[in-house]
Amino acid sequence: MSEHTSDVVIVGGGLIGAWTAFFLARRGQRVTLIEKGVVGAQSSGVNFGNLRLQGRFPGQYPLSLRSQALWEDFDALIGEDCEFEQTGHLYLAYDEEEHAKLESYAKVSESYGLAIERLGRAELKRRWPWLSERAIAATFSARDATANPRLATPAIARAAVRHGAVIRENTPVTAVDRSGDGFALTLADGGRLSCGALVNCAGAWALEIAEKFGETAPVFPAGPPQFVTEPFPYLIGPSVQAIDGSVIFRQIPRGNIILAGYPRTAADPANNRAPVPPAKTLAAMRALARVAPMLAQCHVIRVWSGIEAYLPDMIPVIGPSETTAGLFHAFGFCGHGFQIGPGVGLCLSEMIVDGATQTPLEPFSIGRFRSAAIISEKFRREFD
Amino acid sequence: MDAPKPQFRRVAARAGQPAMLSFDGTTIRATTGDSVLAALLESGALIRRLEFGAEPRAGFCLMGACQDCWVWSAEGGRFRACTTEVADGMVLSAEPQLLGGADG
Amino acid sequence: MADIVIVGAGPAGISAAETLCAKGLKPVLIDEGARAGGQGYRRPADNLALDMNRLMGSEAGKYAALHRRFEALRAKIDYRPRTLVWAIDGNQLHLLQDGRAATLAFDRLLIASGAMDRVAPLPGWTLPGVFTLGGAQVALKDQGCLIGSRVAFLGSSPLLALAAKQYRDMGADIAVIADTTPFAAKAAALPALLRAPRTLLRGISYMGASLRAGTQMLHGVTPVAVEGEVRVEALLLRDAQGRERRFACDAVALGYGLKPETQLADLAQAEFAYDPDFRLHLPKIDGLGRARPGLYLAGDGVRIGGADAAEASGALAAHAILTDLGQPQDIELVRRLARQVERLRAFQRGLARAFAWPAAQIAALPDSVMLCRCENVTIGDVRMAMAKELGPIEVNRVKAMTRCGMGRCQGRVCGPALQEIVAAGRDGASAGRLRGQAPVKPIALAAAGDPA
Repeated sequence: MSEHTSDVVIVGGGLIGAWTAFFLARRGQRVTLIEKGVVGAQSSGVNFGNLRLQGRFPGQYPLSLRSQALWEDFDALIGEDCEFEQTGHLYLAYDEEEHAKLESYAKVSESYGLAIERLGRAELKRRWPWLSERAIAATFSARDATANPRLATPAIARAAVRHGAVIRENTPVTAVDRSGDGFALTLADGGRLSCGALVNCAGAWALEIAEKFGETAPVFPAGPPQFVTEPFPYLIGPSVQAIDGSVIFRQIPRGNIILAGYPRTAADPANNRAPVPPAKTLAAMRALARVAPMLAQCHVIRVWSGIEAYLPDMIPVIGPSETTAGLFHAFGFCGHGFQIGPGVGLCLSEMIVDGATQTPLEPFSIGRFRSAAIISEKFRREFD
Repeated sequence: MDAPKPQFRRVAARAGQPAMLSFDGTTIRATTGDSVLAALLESGALIRRLEFGAEPRAGFCLMGACQDCWVWSAEGGRFRACTTEVADGMVLSAEPQLLGGADG
Repeated sequence: MADIVIVGAGPAGISAAETLCAKGLKPVLIDEGARAGGQGYRRPADNLALDMNRLMGSEAGKYAALHRRFEALRAKIDYRPRTLVWAIDGNQLHLLQDGRAATLAFDRLLIASGAMDRVAPLPGWTLPGVFTLGGAQVALKDQGCLIGSRVAFLGSSPLLALAAKQYRDMGADIAVIADTTPFAAKAAALPALLRAPRTLLRGISYMGASLRAGTQMLHGVTPVAVEGEVRVEALLLRDAQGRERRFACDAVALGYGLKPETQLADLAQAEFAYDPDFRLHLPKIDGLGRARPGLYLAGDGVRIGGADAAEASGALAAHAILTDLGQPQDIELVRRLARQVERLRAFQRGLARAFAWPAAQIAALPDSVMLCRCENVTIGDVRMAMAKELGPIEVNRVKAMTRCGMGRCQGRVCGPALQEIVAAGRDGASAGRLRGQAPVKPIALAAAGDPA
């Protein structure tokens, strides 16, 4: 291995790449992270900032819980603050059918040891008097949290650098090739790298690398319309999500309310554009006023979106390549990669250094796309 | 305590219906056509306090661009003081009234 | 018939509408203000006892003529006052009217969004009693009020002397007129200014008037601080000789020239280029004001040129629309308008060099100075973020890391100064351009309609 310029090269400086670089560097690996722009600029930096545990895909819980412990330890681990707030997460049901779905989510969460509170109308009114009476039931998970995505990835990348990782921003990769039992990379600035292990976490741009090594996944780019309001008196507390998918919002201690709405909009990774159609902003504004009528006169001050990579079964690809030893994929996080980011980085570092990880990752195998892809119910609901 | 010193000084009279408004419990006499901002600054009031430090603010650009003069109405509404005309009976405050009470 | 929408009812928008009307077209004229005229030719309410002839001085005739022309036009166009364009999506404008969202489709869009003051921060500039220079004039023309009884005028602009004269005529004490540009720099720019001698004479006459009235007019100052506990009590400066000077006052008007309000042009997907004379990123236009097919930009909203240039460029952009619609044009008239616009804008470019934006002074401001009024971000916060490993080096990333420019005004006020803090003495282009995002101004959730 010593003839390589790096032990591991990571392509893609998003949240996943930064966490992976951090854990590998901490294990003494010689890591180089290559980023075409700047770290944490795409979906890692512009997402909603949700560290939600309840209501996740069941096969993801071991990874999710491992990740949450790392987020909870962020300041000590990383040495910086990322505005982590353990606010809890409130899931709202508007009718009996949704209530039943909440209940099934709650049972899954509880089977993994998560504490879920079930709340009826009276209890909702008592604890969050600003909530509209439209919600007939809710579940509350106190361990769920939020953080500022704009701050998190650069902070993690800096911590990786302190552990010895090399991070090269504004450096697109122009070629990746097999070289012996390792890999050779050519960079846009003419530089060359070689490594024993290659991590492909290039988000909406990851498919090129996968296909270079003879595997594929039906990944496509999209972005949720998001907005932020002016600062308002702080009173909301938890992040709040309607299970019908119409709205998710949270209030930061500074007072601003951040909202993500649906359906998501197709994005254009070639031109780095994730448009926010004003009609969707208006729909999301109505959805927020529906849940929290006291915000009717609160003003929206900025909208944005960001390019995220999605897969039709709404489950990411995480794990080793099935064609090429030493290649690892982690992409297609379908809008829920923020919470599991640290766990993914840790698992990848274990697979690379130890040859295996204790966390089950079978559901995330890239091989599942060799047969016809399953279309998730969530997928139908959350896209145009 | 002395009456607060007005920031604005009127040099051109406005003919029109008087409009009485209340700001943070103080009655302010204005004339229809006045902006809320002019009425407040002529009376000695300031406009608002910054959310992140409680320092006073009294508007800046006066043309609806800087967004530094938003005030609250008693009904929970929000007005940009420099581009909102006074209306008789307006009840305004620098700080929001209690939110999160009864809702529909 | 093509749907033509003009945004902004200042001199540019009005003359564009007039030109189109003369050819039998009926444009929609949208204006955020309640009364037409824009900021410079702002029309006072009828019930305000203000002698506009006296206030407008030599411009009074033009001012009156513009309003007469607008009155004649009003019935022939679809005029929509008190209407904000908050977003643009393809060929659809998103409006806010009477607190409600609405849409309006267009075939051709002419944006004449006007300008606002460019301001440089200094310690104490967020104190009540500090206003923009344009704001000081709005207070007078729109409200019949002075921003204070004893007013200091600070910045880098010939309009400092103009506004001070108006204020003195209306009974204000003038504490000082303090310009950051050295006198020698203004003299050096004289040749360019001579391209518009009438306007120059006007400027000089105001400075002369200031001196005759015994008002202190200082050139080449370095602003030190606005002082006061709860509101403005004094302005502290260092004069050109380096002496500290304190001027007691109860209000400060800050003005470093104007900057185009380009947010709508940005949302309409105009391309931008950095202009080193103005030290601003400005939309690219051709000689007639075309930014891209179907999009036309005119007036101070695209290039600072003053009211005369705005009027001519509005007419010119209307001729561009007519040309693009295949209507035969009076080529000589179009050429004359284009020459006029070019000459007046060249003069303003000369002014921008003479009354320079004090980039070096701003880059040298201490860390403690507030930069973003909305989000409470200091210059030190920005410098600290930039100094970190992997720290940001351009304005959009700085905004993401520090929240500078992320608040209610979306960087309108702090943007130009943020550029200089990020550039830190280098070329302003190196800081990048703060990208615009909808909404152009804050909109209440209730505007989106019934949540039921």
